[in-house]
Amino acid sequence: MSSSASRRPYGVKGAPYGFLLPAALLFALFFALPIGYAVWLSFRKVHVSGLGLGSGARREVWAGFENYTGAFRDSELLHGALRVLGYGCVVVPVMLGLALLFALMLDTDRVRLAPFTRLAIFLPYAVPGVVAALLWGFLYLPDVSPFYFVLGKLGLPQPDLLDGGPLYLALSNIAVWGGTGFNMIVIYTSLRAVPAEVYEAARLDGATPLQIALRIKIPMVAPSLVLTFFFSIIATLQVFNEPTTLKPLTNSVNTTWSPLMKVYQDAFGRGDIYAAAAEATLIALVTLALSFGFLRAANRRNRQEEAR
Amino acid sequence: MPHTKRRRLVTTAVAVSLGATTLAACGSEDGGKAESGPVSLTYWTWAPGMDKVVDLWNKGPGRKDRITVTVKKQASGDTLVTKILTAHKAKKAPDLVQAEYQALPTLVSNDALADISREVGDVKGRFADGVWQQTTLGTDAVYAVPQDIGPMMFYYRADLFKKYGLKVPATWEQFAETARALKKKAPDKDLTTFSANDSGLFAGLAQQAGAKWWTTSGDKWKVAIDDAATRKVARFWGGLVKEGVVDNQPMYTPAWNKALDTGKQIAWVSAVWAPGTLTTAAPDTKGKWAMAPLPQWSLDQDVTGSWGGSSTAVTTDSAHQAAAAKFAAWLNTDGDALNALAKESGIYPASTSAQLSGAFSNPPAYFSNQADFYTKAAEIAKTTAPSAWGPNVNVAYTSFKDAFGAAAKDRSDFGAALRKMQDDTVADMTKQGFEVSR
Repeated sequence: MSSSASRRPYGVKGAPYGFLLPAALLFALFFALPIGYAVWLSFRKVHVSGLGLGSGARREVWAGFENYTGAFRDSELLHGALRVLGYGCVVVPVMLGLALLFALMLDTDRVRLAPFTRLAIFLPYAVPGVVAALLWGFLYLPDVSPFYFVLGKLGLPQPDLLDGGPLYLALSNIAVWGGTGFNMIVIYTSLRAVPAEVYEAARLDGATPLQIALRIKIPMVAPSLVLTFFFSIIATLQVFNEPTTLKPLTNSVNTTWSPLMKVYQDAFGRGDIYAAAAEATLIALVTLALSFGFLRAANRRNRQEEAR
Repeated sequence: MPHTKRRRLVTTAVAVSLGATTLAACGSEDGGKAESGPVSLTYWTWAPGMDKVVDLWNKGPGRKDRITVTVKKQASGDTLVTKILTAHKAKKAPDLVQAEYQALPTLVSNDALADISREVGDVKGRFADGVWQQTTLGTDAVYAVPQDIGPMMFYYRADLFKKYGLKVPATWEQFAETARALKKKAPDKDLTTFSANDSGLFAGLAQQAGAKWWTTSGDKWKVAIDDAATRKVARFWGGLVKEGVVDNQPMYTPAWNKALDTGKQIAWVSAVWAPGTLTTAAPDTKGKWAMAPLPQWSLDQDVTGSWGGSSTAVTTDSAHQAAAAKFAAWLNTDGDALNALAKESGIYPASTSAQLSGAFSNPPAYFSNQADFYTKAAEIAKTTAPSAWGPNVNVAYTSFKDAFGAAAKDRSDFGAALRKMQDDTVADMTKQGFEVSR
């Protein structure tokens, strides 16, 4: 009896590690290792000797922080980041605003055809980003767009949506069109989870539907709003499909329009995977800092409110 | 011509091409098992119908030599260069690859291409000197066998030129006059567009003007993108764009197709493969177009640039380089092979004898009104100026797209854009460790 008692803890002690092993292994192999390799590459560079023709003319050498200083000095990366910031300032508020509005409207009692409407708003999310960008790209091109045809017939001005400021609206529109449905579903689901008693109590207290929406529903779904905001920030920082697809249609989108496009261009256009690795590392760090910074801020507010 | 088809593909169906690449990647393991034989080779190419041409080899000379070639269809141009270099890093590049001429220095400088001078040295005479020189990079080595070329020409709507009383320009000066005259007669029409989304066009125009962008002396490269000849070309087009007599929107867009098809743009500076592009871009105007030599910088000159064209190269990773070189030579010099290439892949051959062979006795269907299309094309091809490519053409090309795209959009100074292109290219070479002379 005493022997079994002393052996049992050993078995139990080992078990968690055994259960953890597959996940840890997968994490190490397919997450930590590639990231580690990318970071390693970001400290390397190629050195060419002579004309660089023939075998053995290229060697991989240690670069130190050269790729990182290069990325900081490269104004194109900063400009790309600023462009994406401008784009994000349009996309995130508009998309989340619309998603919240639609979710609240669908959650009201008097709504008809709710399942159909929900599906119709959600459906664009199922359209692949590249296809969506192509579709809108055709609608933006003055010579082939039916909108321009109609505007022309009505004698209204025909703005060039693929240039200057309107370009940001054009790009944002694609993201909003594709992303609103998803965010709406997330918010709507958490609205449905709010217990009916809460509304009943509010109604008994004489709250109007508008007051219920503003004072009860929105605060109740705040965690979902935080979550969707968090996803949207990450998606914005990673914008690649839409500008890449629109690029051949206009002179206004260059090959390094967004930071990720610059990474892609450096890795596969210029063939400099080392610089691209450094830039990718920087973007990952900024993304982490921004998203976790936001999460912490949101959590702190929550805690303060709870304390009150 | 695949060179342009690629762009179209990118514009209209990125998803499709991505899917195709994935499929190609999935199938890459079964290479060579299909047929028996001591040597089996894998060939990466984007030319449509190449499998049918390769069948001729596998059933004919290939069977005799027991060399079997398997075609793996790829995305074209720069995308394939990237893929070859990536595969080469893993020492897994295929035996044979299709490569555009301007990509050869990049591939050679990455040690991806084998010197096949011993195996294919004797086919040199089948090609024009200017074409052959691109595969040797000015050394004693031979890194590829020329396949197709893209001598540049001037295409115009014959009917509309007549309607507006325009003359086919023989010089660039007249070209500018023609553009102005058209603007005066029909303000909503443009002679053509200056497109910044295909750097090959600008490179060809600079080549015609006498530019040599990359040259070597000793162990040093010299980059002369911002030279007098190219400046002349940039200033010329920049002037036309600023004046507003040519359009500034990119090619290969749905809008461009429509402009060509409806006669909103009535001319196109292009290359010998233009009929293929026009067939899909402007189907309604078939038979209304005509081809003429490229305008010259002075009347006593007769020279053109080249836009596009590719070669067949053997990689250093191939275990059967001699066999692969043998196939490359057959593919691009054998009469039957070239005929099949013309028919199945629609290429314009680099081999001078093939340019006047049976496959090219009739004009392309789109140009049925111009009976001597290919005779004229062969004449023009002879006048192609030599080209000079360097190890980072891709960087220069990208810089062109961005700098000239912005300049065309703003109708601003093309000279500044050209300087940016030069600076970017030199900066990249210096960064990589190349010795660049100033």
